[in-house]
Amino acid sequence: MSKVNFSNNQAFNGDGITENPWKVLQQFTQARIGLGRAGVSIPTKELLEFQLSHAQAKDAVHQPLDIDKLQQDLEQLESTLVSKTIEIVQSQASDRFIYLQRPDLGRRLSKESKNYMEAHCGSNQGLVCDLAIAVVDGLSSKAIETNTLPFLQALLDLMSNETQQDWTLAPITIVKQGRVAIGDEIGELFNAKAVLVLVGERPGLSSPDSLGLYLTWNPHVGLTDAFRNCISNIRPKGLNYKEAAKRALFLLQESQRLKLSGVNLKDRSDEKVIEHSSDTGNFLVNTLDK
Amino acid sequence: MSTAYKYVLGQQTYHFKNLTDLMAKATPARSGDRLAGVMANSAVERSVAQMALADLPLKTFLDEALVPYEIDEVTRLIIDEHDAEAFSLISHLTVGDFRNWLLSDAVTPEVLQKIRAGITPEMAAAVSKIMRNQDLIMVAHKCHVTTGFRSTIGLPGRMSTRLQPNHPTDDLNGIAASIFDGLLYGNGDAVIGINPATDNVAQATRLMKLMDEVIQSYQIPTQSCVLTHVTNTMEAIEKGAPVDLVFQSIGGTEATNSSFGFNLNILEEAQQAALSLNRGTVGQNVMYFETGQGSSLSANAHHGVDQQTCETRAYAVARKFSPLLVNTVVGFIGPEYLFDGKEITRAGLEDHFCGKLLGLPMGCDVCYTNHAEADQNDMDNLLTLLGVAGCSFVMGIPGSDDIMLNYQTTSFHDALYVRRVLGLDPAPEFQKWLKDMEVFTDTDKYLLSSEVPSKFSGSLKGLLQ
Repeated sequence: MSKVNFSNNQAFNGDGITENPWKVLQQFTQARIGLGRAGVSIPTKELLEFQLSHAQAKDAVHQPLDIDKLQQDLEQLESTLVSKTIEIVQSQASDRFIYLQRPDLGRRLSKESKNYMEAHCGSNQGLVCDLAIAVVDGLSSKAIETNTLPFLQALLDLMSNETQQDWTLAPITIVKQGRVAIGDEIGELFNAKAVLVLVGERPGLSSPDSLGLYLTWNPHVGLTDAFRNCISNIRPKGLNYKEAAKRALFLLQESQRLKLSGVNLKDRSDEKVIEHSSDTGNFLVNTLDK
Repeated sequence: MSTAYKYVLGQQTYHFKNLTDLMAKATPARSGDRLAGVMANSAVERSVAQMALADLPLKTFLDEALVPYEIDEVTRLIIDEHDAEAFSLISHLTVGDFRNWLLSDAVTPEVLQKIRAGITPEMAAAVSKIMRNQDLIMVAHKCHVTTGFRSTIGLPGRMSTRLQPNHPTDDLNGIAASIFDGLLYGNGDAVIGINPATDNVAQATRLMKLMDEVIQSYQIPTQSCVLTHVTNTMEAIEKGAPVDLVFQSIGGTEATNSSFGFNLNILEEAQQAALSLNRGTVGQNVMYFETGQGSSLSANAHHGVDQQTCETRAYAVARKFSPLLVNTVVGFIGPEYLFDGKEITRAGLEDHFCGKLLGLPMGCDVCYTNHAEADQNDMDNLLTLLGVAGCSFVMGIPGSDDIMLNYQTTSFHDALYVRRVLGLDPAPEFQKWLKDMEVFTDTDKYLLSSEVPSKFSGSLKGLLQ
């Protein structure tokens, strides 16, 4: 019984690895499928590739955001909706080590930044705006550097084409060592009806560059995540900029209409499309009928 | 309500403000309690707190609520549904006695089953704080919890896997490809469960239909679940979607659950709605819950209670709704709550033990994020320990890499590793299916077929040309 039958094992080609013929399915996903196996374990090549990816993701967490470059990028946005002034602020987390261990500090502006914003940006000047946009480094500076400009351009284009409403926007704010909830404080200081936070999501092995979007209606300090709507995984190989902008605009409009955000605001932007395509077709089920 | 506690050690007297403070300070060190400012100030203070806690009668927890009864429906659930008769067997014990009692030869799986309803989450959390890792493993191993839907989960000597075929854009072929890979590595008997990238009712319904078609076409004795908000699933049920399991992330305080956008009434409604579909074959456990230490603090809803006790209180919520599966997603929340491999390992074993002691079908997402001080070796260790402890199920994903949620959990390969080294079988219905479908050529040795099994080769044919 303990004898392994080598002669009948066609896939056993002498190197100890059993290949998976369904490797061809890798065309459908970046997931690590069809890796093959040594016994039931991951083969050496795939093991070492995984470890390299992990090393890259770990490094992405610690790479600081290039603020100057981002500021220059944002100044190039082509839209009449935003001013060329870019505000730069800092959370209460002074460095990455503290940032990782103290999310509470990443959710609040540093004293200097708060004072600055109160003096320059705000609510005390009696201004009200429809939307404040905060660009927050989060856990991946690479995500911000790669996706912010093209995404915001797509969103601003859609907003400009929107005939039903003239949007007033606060100056775009860049946040260092920030978490999502810091947008609430920024929105409040701008006296904004809503805040849209662009944040670098925690890097994955196959996606060190994923951008997340969080929308909060009536932002103020102390709100929980139940009051936010999220659109995730915006990056070249994930959700594309146009689609993400379309969904963001839908959420913005709905939150304006209903005067709320969060769990009571459902993202139905593509429901019509999905409902009218009863298509759940895929290679696994379709071919079975043949 | 607010009794102070003290403990005299030699010349020195240690004071603890109240039961909440004593519990927090007796907790093995972890970053989340440090973040909350509730941790012991020194190793000695922690050790003394454990001694003081050990002297505490279990009854104390029925008289002193850590989160006030008046403001918290989870506390009301715990107190109002406490089974005094079941408790009578252990009502004379202190926390320290309880540990000895649990480890004793006389306490068999049958005895543990009898007293379940008499144990409150706080009692379970308290005793876990004075148990070593091997104690947590030893007693959890004696707790047998069996549930069922289309497969039977939790039988002794078995471990199931959730096949988690996530895709960053919910691409149907991408998801199907991961399901295919998982099934051919023998995974998926706990559930095929997708975290949707787009979280709305239409998308959830589409994914439910996809999985339903796969399960029906290949006659797989398993169940599907889309991990969307409970209210989305309820709406999907109303619209006629093929819902097997209702999912929800849950926490241990009312305020945590409010921050997640639900309360106990909503869960009750959801459970009834899913039961009305009557889709189970071997059982009718229709709920799938996920938890994780740190969620209450993260929602600023912990009331000064340490994160492990908050976590255990979430199990009272779970227990109320007879779930098929409860999954502690132990390393997902990040290093601010569990800093490194050592803290993640300890938390995984605590959660599994407390859940099992309270009678839950406890599984564990053995996982870590890229900003935590952990790696695959830490996961290998925890997976092995949980396998020994009799964990009901773990995750299975392609090559440990979740390309949607951006974290690492156990792989399809990992599940086969733990089956081989510990002799753990899948759910019996699924085991038979694996044999019939020729995924395994030898189910006793967990030998995979080196060919694509004939029943699956048709779906590949078109692609291979």
